[in-house]
Amino acid sequence: MNRRADLPWWADYLLIPLLNLAAAFVLSAILLIAIGEDPLAAARIIVEGAFGQAEGLGYTLFYATNFIFTGLAFALAFHAGLFNIGAEGQAYVAGLGVALVCLYLDFLPRPLIFILAAIAAGAFGAAWAFVPGYLQAKRGSHVVITTIMFNFIASALIVYLLVNRLSPPGSMQPETRTFSPRARLPFLHDVLAALGPSISQSPLNVSFFWALICCVLFYILIWHTKLGYELRTLGANPMAAVYGAMSPPRLVMIAMMLSGCLAGFMALNEIMGSQHRMILDYTSGYGFVGIAVALMGRAHPIGIILAAVLFGALYQGGAELAFESPNITRDMIVLLQGLVIMMAGGLEHLFRPNIERLFAMRRPSIAGAR
Amino acid sequence: MEMFDALVPVLDSAVRLAVPLLFACLAGLYAERAGVFDIGLEGKMLIAAFAAGAMAAVSGSSWLGLLAAVLASASFALLHGFATITHRGNQIVSGVAINIIAAGLTAQLGVTWFQRGGQTPQLPPQSRFLEIDLPGAALLRDVPVLGGIYSGIVSGHSLLVYIAFLMVPFTWWIIYRTRFGLRLRAVGENPAAADTAGISVAYQRYMAVLCGGVLCGFAGSYLSIAQSSGFVRDMTAGKGFIALAALVFAKWRPFPAMAACLLFGLLDAINIRLQGTPIPGIGILPVQLMQAVPYVLTVALLAGFIGRAVPPKAGGIPYVKEL
Amino acid sequence: MDGRIASPGRRRIQPDAPAAIELRNIDKHFGSVHANRLVSLQIKQGTIHGIIGENGAGKSTLMSILYGFYRADAGEILINGSAVTIRSPAEAIALGIGMVHQHFMLVENFTVLENIVLGAEGGPILNRGLAEARTAVDTLKRDYGLDVPAGALISGLPVGLQQRVEILKALYRQAEILILDEPTGVLTPKEADHLFAVLRKLRDEGKTIILITHKLREVMAVTDSVSVMRKGELVKTLDTRSTTPAELAALMVGRSVNLSATKSHRKPGRCVLELREVSFTDAAGVERLKNVSFALHEGEILGVAGVAGNGQSELLEILSGMLRPTAGHIFLHGQSCLDLTARSLRRRGVAHVPEDRQHMGLVMSFEACENIILGYHDSSKYGAYGLLNRHAVIDDAKKKMHAYDVRPHLPLLRASLFSGGNQQKLVLAREIDQHPDVLIVGQPTRGVDIGAIEFIHQRLIELRDRGKAILLVSVELDEIRALSDRILTMCNGLVVGECTPAAAESAISLMMAGISPDKAA
Repeated sequence: MNRRADLPWWADYLLIPLLNLAAAFVLSAILLIAIGEDPLAAARIIVEGAFGQAEGLGYTLFYATNFIFTGLAFALAFHAGLFNIGAEGQAYVAGLGVALVCLYLDFLPRPLIFILAAIAAGAFGAAWAFVPGYLQAKRGSHVVITTIMFNFIASALIVYLLVNRLSPPGSMQPETRTFSPRARLPFLHDVLAALGPSISQSPLNVSFFWALICCVLFYILIWHTKLGYELRTLGANPMAAVYGAMSPPRLVMIAMMLSGCLAGFMALNEIMGSQHRMILDYTSGYGFVGIAVALMGRAHPIGIILAAVLFGALYQGGAELAFESPNITRDMIVLLQGLVIMMAGGLEHLFRPNIERLFAMRRPSIAGAR
Repeated sequence: MEMFDALVPVLDSAVRLAVPLLFACLAGLYAERAGVFDIGLEGKMLIAAFAAGAMAAVSGSSWLGLLAAVLASASFALLHGFATITHRGNQIVSGVAINIIAAGLTAQLGVTWFQRGGQTPQLPPQSRFLEIDLPGAALLRDVPVLGGIYSGIVSGHSLLVYIAFLMVPFTWWIIYRTRFGLRLRAVGENPAAADTAGISVAYQRYMAVLCGGVLCGFAGSYLSIAQSSGFVRDMTAGKGFIALAALVFAKWRPFPAMAACLLFGLLDAINIRLQGTPIPGIGILPVQLMQAVPYVLTVALLAGFIGRAVPPKAGGIPYVKEL
Repeated sequence: MDGRIASPGRRRIQPDAPAAIELRNIDKHFGSVHANRLVSLQIKQGTIHGIIGENGAGKSTLMSILYGFYRADAGEILINGSAVTIRSPAEAIALGIGMVHQHFMLVENFTVLENIVLGAEGGPILNRGLAEARTAVDTLKRDYGLDVPAGALISGLPVGLQQRVEILKALYRQAEILILDEPTGVLTPKEADHLFAVLRKLRDEGKTIILITHKLREVMAVTDSVSVMRKGELVKTLDTRSTTPAELAALMVGRSVNLSATKSHRKPGRCVLELREVSFTDAAGVERLKNVSFALHEGEILGVAGVAGNGQSELLEILSGMLRPTAGHIFLHGQSCLDLTARSLRRRGVAHVPEDRQHMGLVMSFEACENIILGYHDSSKYGAYGLLNRHAVIDDAKKKMHAYDVRPHLPLLRASLFSGGNQQKLVLAREIDQHPDVLIVGQPTRGVDIGAIEFIHQRLIELRDRGKAILLVSVELDEIRALSDRILTMCNGLVVGECTPAAAESAISLMMAGISPDKAA
């Protein structure tokens, strides 16, 4: 993400995103009033539901884990100048990989199951992103369109497999059998209970830590490795990349595969850490939210973590809100999400000119380097 | 003769299934030819379908429903334009946002206004666009081949269907034979050239996006008040993306767009017809396989296996004056 | 707007007629950059007026204000004596102002006719408008000798013809004032002469022409009067007949300028780079290089002269490993290097200063230190095991920036915030400091202020004096003659001939037009 030089870093990374967020909330508030609800009461319920009790916080962080993975996925490709809209499909296919390990390899020792599942999640996700990446690299096919198409192809593929091949015989449900207890990621409340403190139950599981580790690895890769330098160069100036002896096709494929791999890890959190089986449409839009998270977080891991927690809070708080108010459905939160995506992405420059003007007024003109 | 009789309903079905795709595809054509990527076709169709269903239920008039749909879709289109043209926002993200906003808004308002789990009330026949029998359809029915085509496939559709197919040559004429179309293509290929020639790039793009909005309004109306008798949650079910695939497949040209939409409509119709029926020599084809075909075909086209698809040169790039 | 054009002929200008264009105290800021400082200028009708100045002097900004692209912060514009406001190109066109841009404003997949009528189609239905336009355009073509096939697609036309379309566009819109921005950059000398003939004809009919250029030679050849701009100010307006290139150059810079660098004579050493029958056909099937052969020796600067677009860019990219030739051989230190990648070429001592520093040589959004390692980031001195050691990178940047006087000495400053000259010095610091054996340089002083030009020229001569080999590609003939030991001239992908800097300019001009010296005799 390019930072404009005229603004101090905190204006660019904190102030403007917060303004965008506030605008989205204001618009949602207007709609709430229009349907006869009290926006402030709604806001209170959302915040309490998300952070108020340990259980809520657990759910919030659980959702945030998903968004960290999909956010990192979009951000990585974004640094290389690519728009990977296919996180939904990549995560979906990764779920297949995880399910296969958990269903058929659950006789292995537990640590081995975890490692193999993680590898499977990453590999399947990377594989699903590989084809659009390859087509962009070698054939110039626009990765936005191909990844959208691959989302739908993934959907068709998984539905077929779940209905016809992976569901237990005699079952009418398009889902796999439940994984054996060995093939499940431990819940955080269980882990903590074993160590001492007890917290309320929630689907928050150990993959949360893996998400945080991925953030650290992401940071090191992008800004402290030569590969990361090459990816950023490609994203900033493809011609300079060629001049600088880098290979854009190779970098495009690597970026897409890493991106798909990160999106795939989401399957660990959902399939192996919460659902304990593979179900239809488990990604339920998390891939698209990842786009908003990456944009709000300016493609930086710290920003992504914050934005992921924010969206997690919206999800959890929104569920509480829908529970408490008969008039408000989960879709209200979907709407709010859409507005945030619009403000953070489509209209991200809405406030910028005015903010820049504010700062220009306060500061004397910089004697240019020219 | 029997095969022909079996074929006619499938082709008839193909036409019906192609219509929403065709409207949406043409909508995308106007926007993308002017340099504004529009992946929000799905969202616009959805909000239009909801608006049509809601208005028709409340007012009893299908025409008011159509009007409401066009207005709703056009306002979303203007939102997309506002974000991407005036504020130079990212066109992809804006499109994704519109899809999500539409999904949330239609479901929430559906529940709030009609309390049926998101549906609009069932519409009586007079509030919908009903099938029209073209003159002479009954008479010609028994004429071999042509009569069957005329009465079985061409006649018997709602007004919106005929409008959809008329839009194809109309769009062709607009894009290639009018000043509006020349300028539209110019801002999509080289906006700086248009700007220095005294044309307002922003105005031209807004107009293009608005045309797209109007057409998506027709697409959505067709779904809820012509093809069905009311709006149902998530009614569009990905049709907006298939329309996008068709647009790319047609290389952004009107007549190939019609062919692509008919092709995808045909695939859908065959899929429905064949469900569960074994094909001699192959067995039962999975439903999902056929569903995936339009997407696979588009990817194959983009990969250059079926010719090359070159999008408008300035597509996806916000226009910023610079010398 | 109808397309009827009055037939050409000499128009008598009243001696006391108001100036065609008058600018009074035009002032413009871009953020903190003061692009135009209270510029006042009068241009008489029926003259060719040159505006000359270095890059960043403010000439393009001034003309953009006249054409309605930007609005001045302060000041007035008067056209034919009446004050006007120009808020957009449409308004400028309505006032009779036309502009031929440096980078053509043409839609590639439209025809010539469609490009000309864009914006003045003559009605909502195209066919009618196009038919009328065609007759008007034919008249214009005839009257001014601007022959172009009306139905041809722009993408198929060579650059010289594309420029004619640009001029026809302005004339079709009945421009009485024509602004041309660096028009000869893409023309051979012969095409440039043809352009000047067209301009003179237009002037004789009473049209007013403004020529923005940095080429002193052109100003002397075709203008009636000339204004010199420097750092946003209009320094002086002179009658062309009463001034000299030296005076103009001094005004442009503010001090006396030594127009040619001095270098000592050196005997070249052994051959380090040899090309034999190298040919290159690009992706569109156009042959860009045809059987190019030459040798480059230690301790020499081999200049490649020629108008841009005759294969020099492809030559540079092939020699730096970015492109693969379709035929021929290249030998580096006696070994074939055809299969070497850009990476290996760098390791073998071939450095490349590209023609386009903004789009190729630098990543404008990266910091200076990140740009210092571009192309060399693999080196172990910047980190091991694939990691990047930021401290090492910053230290290296500090050293290089100091050695090459890149100002400001801030390794963490973004490249886009440096001036053109400092950006170029950054690129040179990077390439030369790697101690290459062969340096391939394209347009080293394009868009660079004169102070930095002198610095860069010194460095190149120093490198040559240390026994390294330099291939210098430049469209500035003065630069080529000042620096080169030998000069090759390219035209249409061929090396037309070789000469020394002492050769007559006419000989080189002929070669640039494709006529080899033996044929010229």
